Amino acid sequence: MTQGPTPTREREAVLKVEGLRIVLDPSGVDIDDDVSLEIHRGEVLGLVGESASGKTTVGTSLLDYQRRGAKIAGGHVEIDGKDVLAMDAGALRTIRGGAISYVPQDSSASLNPALRIGTQLMEILEVHGFGSSQADREARLAQMMAEVLLPSDKQFLRRYPHQLSGGQQQRVAIAMAFANRPRVIVLDEPTTALDVTTQAHVLDTVRDLTRSYGVAALYITHDLAVVANLADRIAVMYAGRVVEIGTRDELFDQGHHPYTRKLLASIPDITGERALRGIPGWAPRPGQRPPGCAFTPRCDWRVEKCSEAFPPVEEVSPAHYVRCWRYREVGAQRATTDHQLRDKSLSAPRADEKQVISVREVTAYYQHKETLHDISASLSERRCLSLVGESGSGKTTLARCIAGLHPHKIVGDIEFMGKPLARDARGRPRATRQAIQYIFQSPYSSLNPRKTIAQILSQPLKVFFDLSRSEMEDRMVQALEQVALDSSLLSRYPDQLSGGERQRLAIARSLAAEPTVLICDEVTSWLDVSVQAAIIELLAALQRDMGLSMLFVTHNLALVRSISQEVAVMNDGRIVEYGLVDAVLEDPQADYTKKLLSDTPTV
Amino acid sequence: MSTPEIRVNDSELVEPVVVHGDRRPSEWVMTLREAWRMGRTKIGVGIFAAIVLIAVVGPWLAPYSPTEFVAPPFTAPEIPKMWLGSDYLGHDVLTRVLYGGRTVILLALAATVIGLALGVTLGLITGYARRWIDESIMRILDVVLAFPQIVLTLLFVSILGPRLWLIVVIVGVSHAPRIARVARAATLEVSQRDFVRAAEAFGIARWKILFNEILPSITSPLLVEFGLRLTYSIGLIAALSFLGFGMQPPAADWGLMINENRIGIIIQPWPVLVPVLLIGILTIGTNLIADGLGRALIGIERDTGVQ
Repeated sequence: MTQGPTPTREREAVLKVEGLRIVLDPSGVDIDDDVSLEIHRGEVLGLVGESASGKTTVGTSLLDYQRRGAKIAGGHVEIDGKDVLAMDAGALRTIRGGAISYVPQDSSASLNPALRIGTQLMEILEVHGFGSSQADREARLAQMMAEVLLPSDKQFLRRYPHQLSGGQQQRVAIAMAFANRPRVIVLDEPTTALDVTTQAHVLDTVRDLTRSYGVAALYITHDLAVVANLADRIAVMYAGRVVEIGTRDELFDQGHHPYTRKLLASIPDITGERALRGIPGWAPRPGQRPPGCAFTPRCDWRVEKCSEAFPPVEEVSPAHYVRCWRYREVGAQRATTDHQLRDKSLSAPRADEKQVISVREVTAYYQHKETLHDISASLSERRCLSLVGESGSGKTTLARCIAGLHPHKIVGDIEFMGKPLARDARGRPRATRQAIQYIFQSPYSSLNPRKTIAQILSQPLKVFFDLSRSEMEDRMVQALEQVALDSSLLSRYPDQLSGGERQRLAIARSLAAEPTVLICDEVTSWLDVSVQAAIIELLAALQRDMGLSMLFVTHNLALVRSISQEVAVMNDGRIVEYGLVDAVLEDPQADYTKKLLSDTPTV
Repeated sequence: MSTPEIRVNDSELVEPVVVHGDRRPSEWVMTLREAWRMGRTKIGVGIFAAIVLIAVVGPWLAPYSPTEFVAPPFTAPEIPKMWLGSDYLGHDVLTRVLYGGRTVILLALAATVIGLALGVTLGLITGYARRWIDESIMRILDVVLAFPQIVLTLLFVSILGPRLWLIVVIVGVSHAPRIARVARAATLEVSQRDFVRAAEAFGIARWKILFNEILPSITSPLLVEFGLRLTYSIGLIAALSFLGFGMQPPAADWGLMINENRIGIIIQPWPVLVPVLLIGILTIGTNLIADGLGRALIGIERDTGVQ
């Protein structure tokens, strides 16, 4: 379902934001500045940017709500011509959940765990006085549930939030947001915590509801691919400012801001035609933003002028605006030249394959429940095998079994270089523990916040090598260089790093052990798309240059081509499809793979 | 099993990190600083410091020797000769008050330190090991916990005789289960994190994981527990002295003084009243400190979003 620009008869702006400025409270440092947007009836505007770009703050400001430590310092937000920011508390209560509603990122945290979902849904209708009788409201409740494709029988409505799946919870939150037929709806990354198939359902629901009720929707996300098929127009934010805004097609085909171009290049390409390219560095936080155009330090197009003054708004075409000094030159370059072709030679089958890790008929349990059923797979020398599946598919369990980190019962054979591996990492010889290194999903959890980066990096060095102080120092600097981190960071703590830098540090820690096998467990799922691309580039280069064998666990099928040569698709603790990446993705055999492919958002 | 992929997106509201050179205070120092901002903590520290000062400098200020007979028993105060009168044996009460604080404070501190060391060790082991080790140790601790602390202490002291070191050890041991519970709960939470898994994958020794990786992350709740247990230790030690199991006569000791002089409370209340007040005020002081630390702990957790 693709639609072009919104037809003219609907071009009445429901939501108008003008010159919105939001600052940190005591310091007055701006989070967002000069944000102006318009959303029309039945239109979805995608608000896209990296973490710390201030997009969530814009979203909640539309409801005149600010989290602790921030306040609105200027500008207007108008819904149907009424200024929201000028309203008193009573008027705000009426429009929140009435004329404008909000769908949060994590609905499991926003639904009241002590109330049945029927009670919660009915509450929002009652508070806003929907309909004239209880019967009206009950009819509306049934209709709401039908709209989001959930059952509306008594039994379902009597459930508590924890009795629903993540996708169901998010759909309840969406039903709530649409309950009083709002004029404007703000969706703040409502699918980040969901699996791709669930995400596809939720996106369909949002699209259908906004169109059929003529709601103006703001969809906030860091992932351009998610809004590619949903949004009519897209606004790109960087460092608290809208740097480009235009129709989806214009932005995707002919983006005029270097940042838009770079964001596009960092979206994993499921077709495998182009290589993934990350954006070096990270989006600066409020208070750390450079003068002039904040993107200057990361921009390939920068000239002297860029760091002197922030560029004015330029009109590229009607309804397509950009803020870049060199937008004409950027726009004139054909979009395709941004794409580097992927090196396909690596993914061809090879004859001389030596198996590094082989898993035969492995069944694993979590406590007493069987979670992996009869798995057989192998990892060849200098190759990368991707394990793909949704949450609960057993991909992480399999990876942990190989790493010796699954503290429950395992039946079957796991071999490393032809020798059986002990179940528990502690039971393995030092050389084996050194050879197989594991990188964890969340760099926020895998690095001890009480240790300096030097202490973190010294861990494997102390365990695996007998080094003098100066040798140790050299190795640490070397490890940091391999992941493109500066050696001056050694005395810092992990919380002084950005998410991407933390994950690089985790990779450096594993590399310091000089492994031959690297197991990467969802290493990019906590990161922005732009940072994800940079991490994937790094891992692919390391694997190639150091001759590592790599097991890459992910839920994102689109990433698989950018990094691996072989893929195993997992579902419900079984491998449903296994083979060379190009073969599996171009001609999937299993129904599950086909479904996963069709649900994965692409550009 | 796998964690949901919820990305941290609050960075935009966090004030930029200020880097103070390279060293950074540990977690417990931050808690102390936070606690110090509160009025209650300052009052608590003031009280505690004043009473410790009396106990430490007191003997040099005392007008007489604690065992010197200065007047007939239970003589009323005579200013400036005897500010607080004399006790049941005719000793100067002010002198004995100035001498009698050291033991209570020292023994209470020693007992608390022993309790903390034992409790933390047990808590770390049970929280990290889980399964049968956790089960068996915690059930044993539950048994210890079932006895009121004073009963448990009296039991051992009456069997083994009133020795000072024994009292310190027993009071410490009787604190251990409560401290162990706090340490265990904190350890359970921290040992879920992946940096502990990472250390396991490297094959780092278990005790090193406990003391190098986990302990630094749980210091703040332990600090609060230390303050709280210190209050209880003071009460217990004083109670044991009162019952005659602590310092033996003719030594000067606040708990003992209350007991010795209670028969004369109607004619000469000061030798009872002053030690009672001092012990009471001391525990109020330590309690205020513990309370301030507890509030600071919650405050710090709220600010960093850690639950």
